[in-house]
Amino acid sequence: MNQLRSTRKRSVGLRRPPVAIIAIAAIAIAFFMLPFIGLLWRVPWSDAWSLFTTTSSLTALRLSLETSLWATGLSILFGVPLAWVLARFGFPGRRIVRALCLLSLVLPPVVGGVALFAAYGRRGLLGDSLFELFGVRLPFSTAGVVLAQTFIAMPFLVLTVEAALRGLDQRAEDAARTLGASRWYAFRRVTLPAIRPALIAGAVLAWARALGEFGATITFAGNFPGRTQTMPLSVYLALESNPGQALVLSVVMIAISFGVLLSLRDQWLGGSTTPRTSR
Amino acid sequence: MTTEAPTNRQRARRILGSSLLTLVAVVVVACGPSDSTSNDSGTSLAGSLTVSAAASLQGAFTDIEVAFEKAHPRLNVTVNFGASPTLAQQIIDAAPVDVFASADEATMEKVADEKLLNGAPTIFATNSLEIIVRKGNPSKITSLTDLSTSRLLYVTCAPEVPIGKYAGQVLQKAALTVRPASFEPDVKGIVAKVASGEADAGIVYATDINATKGAAEGVVIPPNANITAEYPIARISTSANSAAAQAWIAFVTSNEGRAILRGYGFGTP
Repeated sequence: MNQLRSTRKRSVGLRRPPVAIIAIAAIAIAFFMLPFIGLLWRVPWSDAWSLFTTTSSLTALRLSLETSLWATGLSILFGVPLAWVLARFGFPGRRIVRALCLLSLVLPPVVGGVALFAAYGRRGLLGDSLFELFGVRLPFSTAGVVLAQTFIAMPFLVLTVEAALRGLDQRAEDAARTLGASRWYAFRRVTLPAIRPALIAGAVLAWARALGEFGATITFAGNFPGRTQTMPLSVYLALESNPGQALVLSVVMIAISFGVLLSLRDQWLGGSTTPRTSR
Repeated sequence: MTTEAPTNRQRARRILGSSLLTLVAVVVVACGPSDSTSNDSGTSLAGSLTVSAAASLQGAFTDIEVAFEKAHPRLNVTVNFGASPTLAQQIIDAAPVDVFASADEATMEKVADEKLLNGAPTIFATNSLEIIVRKGNPSKITSLTDLSTSRLLYVTCAPEVPIGKYAGQVLQKAALTVRPASFEPDVKGIVAKVASGEADAGIVYATDINATKGAAEGVVIPPNANITAEYPIARISTSANSAAAQAWIAFVTSNEGRAILRGYGFGTP
């Protein structure tokens, strides 16, 4: 690193901003920004507050926040042990298990919803036993929304945490164990602090994905205000009947997600990536 | 052996071979360039044509597209299916569409209000409603009244979608209150949920039940309780290919087009 820095200082030519790359990057930035600017430009600001405070909007917002937080919690609860197993234990067929667990990451969410039906639907593999044992029907229920969101979102957390666990020096854990720490204590006091940035980043990614989930939710859980109609569903349906409301809801969703991404400190997203501002 | 004169069989094979080659050549020559030139004299339509059509028209308009493209080989037709209000909104948002076929007049009216129609819409098809149940009718639904059974999972569409509005009107006419489990985004959602057995029943177009090819069954709603949905079609004023749009509408309302529509269970005025 030091060597690199001194090299840069010496050769002034290398410090000149690479115009072509900056120009292309600027196009990319504009590409991402323009849709949001367009959205802000079309929002009927004079009615925005009244459109946002309609019962249907607030119901969808509350449901979205509740279900996405549940999905994040479930993703952490099950995803961290899963990542641990994938990172630490070399069992036969591990690559296949990992691919299966991460499949919903690349699957069209609608296909995920259909697959959820096949497993937990009324005529699915577990549908009847779930109903007989617990009296729950997952399709068309809020629990179904959480299930769909967890199914789609958990891989984000598993991927991030698994990568962190792999990159970890296991000797610190071994040292703790030889010093008499229990396995749980060593995990809690040594491993967990070390992977915390990855865990937080993974949880936030999973949460954002759950918040935006549309395809699997509408396929598996249907659409009913207050029960399964989350913000993305509400936006999609309002687009037809009340475009103004759809735009306002979109802006609210973007504001929430943007705020959370912004509040994430850089160090949580993989080390010290704060760019040097001084030239 | 080789010095002998060819046997009769060899000679016959050679003749057959060369005549087959000639035949292929003739077919290739005849079909290749002359196909387009001979049809060209019949139609000067070329370019592309985009039709936005209600989801319930999917089967019929897919067949009509094949027949229409056969008659106009230089025309590249794309049919875009979806819930009528979604399609209307796309047109209002300047989607490049030449023809719009809606499942109700109110939605067509929305496009007309934006001064986006070229000429008045024509009613080209009618559709009636039926109760959709899974194959074998496991819930034993025989009438509208059965839909109000509390244990039954009934799915519908939001009232903004034509089928949701019609279903509501039918239930209202029968003085029934039915609590839906879900408001699906379009009629295909209702069909999918019922055909897969995740929901017990819904009210859909008679044509939708036809299209499931046996995966779902229809329970007839008597005419006095039923509603006739009228499908209007119109040219979009911003169309870049107005002649082709006109030809499409003429084809849909022609005897050939009407026969296809009736084959899918539509009524034709």
